[in-house]
Amino acid sequence: MSLIDVENLTLQFQTDEGLITAVENVSFSIAPGEVMGLVGESGSGKSVTAKSLMKLNSSNARYSPESKITLHLESGPVSVLDLKRPRDMEVVRGGAISMIFQEPMASFAPAMTIGKQMVEQLLVHSDMTKKQAKELSIEMLDRVGISDASMRFNQYAFEMSGGMRQRAMIAMALSTKPKLLIADEPTTALDVTIQAQVIDLMKELVDEFGMGIIFITHDLGVVAQTADKVAVMYLGRMVEEGPVREVIRNPFHPYTQGLIDALPQLDDLDKPLTPVPGDIPSPLERPEGCVFHTRCSQIIGDICKTVVPHRIETGEFHGASCHLCHQGAAE
Amino acid sequence: MSDDILIQTKDLSVGFRVGGGVFNKQILKAVDGISIDIPKGSFFGVVGESGSGKTTLGRALLKAVSITGGHATYDDGEVQYDLAEMTPAQLKDYRKRAQLIFQDPYAALSPRMTVRDIIAEPLEVMGLTKTREETDARVRDIASKCRLNLEHLRRFPHAFSGGQRQRISIARALVSGPRFVVADESVAALDVSIQADILNLLRSLQEELGLTFMFISHDLSVVAHTCDHVAVMYLGRIVESAPTRQLFANPRHPYTKALFSAIPSLDPDHRGAAQKLEGEIPSPTNQPSGCKFHTRCPYAADICKLEEPPLESCEEGHSVSCHLWKELQHYEHATQA
Repeated sequence: MSLIDVENLTLQFQTDEGLITAVENVSFSIAPGEVMGLVGESGSGKSVTAKSLMKLNSSNARYSPESKITLHLESGPVSVLDLKRPRDMEVVRGGAISMIFQEPMASFAPAMTIGKQMVEQLLVHSDMTKKQAKELSIEMLDRVGISDASMRFNQYAFEMSGGMRQRAMIAMALSTKPKLLIADEPTTALDVTIQAQVIDLMKELVDEFGMGIIFITHDLGVVAQTADKVAVMYLGRMVEEGPVREVIRNPFHPYTQGLIDALPQLDDLDKPLTPVPGDIPSPLERPEGCVFHTRCSQIIGDICKTVVPHRIETGEFHGASCHLCHQGAAE
Repeated sequence: MSDDILIQTKDLSVGFRVGGGVFNKQILKAVDGISIDIPKGSFFGVVGESGSGKTTLGRALLKAVSITGGHATYDDGEVQYDLAEMTPAQLKDYRKRAQLIFQDPYAALSPRMTVRDIIAEPLEVMGLTKTREETDARVRDIASKCRLNLEHLRRFPHAFSGGQRQRISIARALVSGPRFVVADESVAALDVSIQADILNLLRSLQEELGLTFMFISHDLSVVAHTCDHVAVMYLGRIVESAPTRQLFANPRHPYTKALFSAIPSLDPDHRGAAQKLEGEIPSPTNQPSGCKFHTRCPYAADICKLEEPPLESCEEGHSVSCHLWKELQHYEHATQA
């Protein structure tokens, strides 16, 4: 059984300039122990999608009535979007779901020790005593590979290096034993050598704790190394999704192909870099029809500019939303 | 000095004083004894982790931080400067000839100036143009070279995406007609799809305007695709330096090898096969003795802890600073065979 089901998630932000569609008709589900990579450019709605799972979006967010997010817990299913009071939200926030943010320096309070922050959240989310919380925190810090954990426990965020801060963040997120971990660009701010260490660590932890992970990144290489399945987003729509091997080896959607071609590869230095032409349109000027048609190199006619393509299966569990595959299916 | 070298450094060092008080003064050597030659019209790459001193090296060559030891010279055929000792008048002239492209295009552009004013500002500050018409002509010229629409010039930066903003900051850096441009992590803040576009633009501008680039990056795959020559830095020193192809075909230093293997492969079936580097870069105020990399090096021997290895040439244009590079070479041949 799946851990979380997201169905027809549509989310708009009410702003002074009007309603901005950030996410449109996104559906996916994650099983326990499954790692899903969520890929896309900035502005594609990947962070907003992930934050909706905890209802963390700002108060001007409007979820459409068809949107449904169901979390399957041992105590029964929870419909996340129907939770209203902050007290009810505790089941989800920090309870069943934890989140790691991109910038570890900005996520820790600068004037509190790392240890105090870890204990504080455990006291809120569990019945532990202060002593138990401290023991568990130190154990978790040790578990994520921070040497001399009891000394680090009493240090401040500024005393740690970037990689160590991100490890401490992971330790903190995992100490409440979440069912689902949302990692929003957890390695983007890190050096490659540290990134490799953090990726290894996260893989080990999935094996050990068996939680589901949503891994948000713009780096397809990182996804290839970590995820079981991948979803590619563009301007709020999910344009392609499937098992990671399938999507990277046989990308169907022109946008996925573009992302892969734009990535500098080390095995062939002569291959020219092909950018995806143009820039991502402003969400205020969302294109009609297929959202990608303004930058698409394989546009097949007016249908792309007027009709929204719906998802079609292009392989086992592998689907894409593009008129090209409709054409392929018809032939 | 030969004619085709634009920038040459000998034992260049940059130190910062850290720590207060009279008794615990410490010198943090961010750049420590670096000798490089940057040929005219080349795309010179500098790679390293954060804390390796790559940004400080770039800034020292631009005279944005002061050089505390060694020599650096600039020679573009018209003028020659000793970068370590410049008169204010020389420095003023040097600012026209050497420019910087910043990392974050969101922070580098003033939100209260139009794109035209942003690009024109260096011309006005340096007094390079006499009339407004002349300024406008130069702005329009460089904007079109950087593939900006002329109608964009009247707008403010907030209306632009990351890629467009980066093109604006490139235009501003190039408007004074520099010969030498330092691009410090200029694509790090951009999406992959846009990154390729900016890299292609930098390369074509280099050919069109005959520029010399120093390209600073932490991303080896980006460097591999743009630069002619790469220097790998670790804790303020160059550990390996070679023409790009040679370096990527045959890396000698264990640190370079580790950097290569840390790049996440796009092949899902090649997971975790790479050799991983333990630990993190040591603090520059408390540097290890001997070879600075020995604390993380999987091959470290006793000599590495005691003596600092010299940067020695192992092939034409390829130099490496490691006590064991010869042994490692044999070892690798043996394991491969």
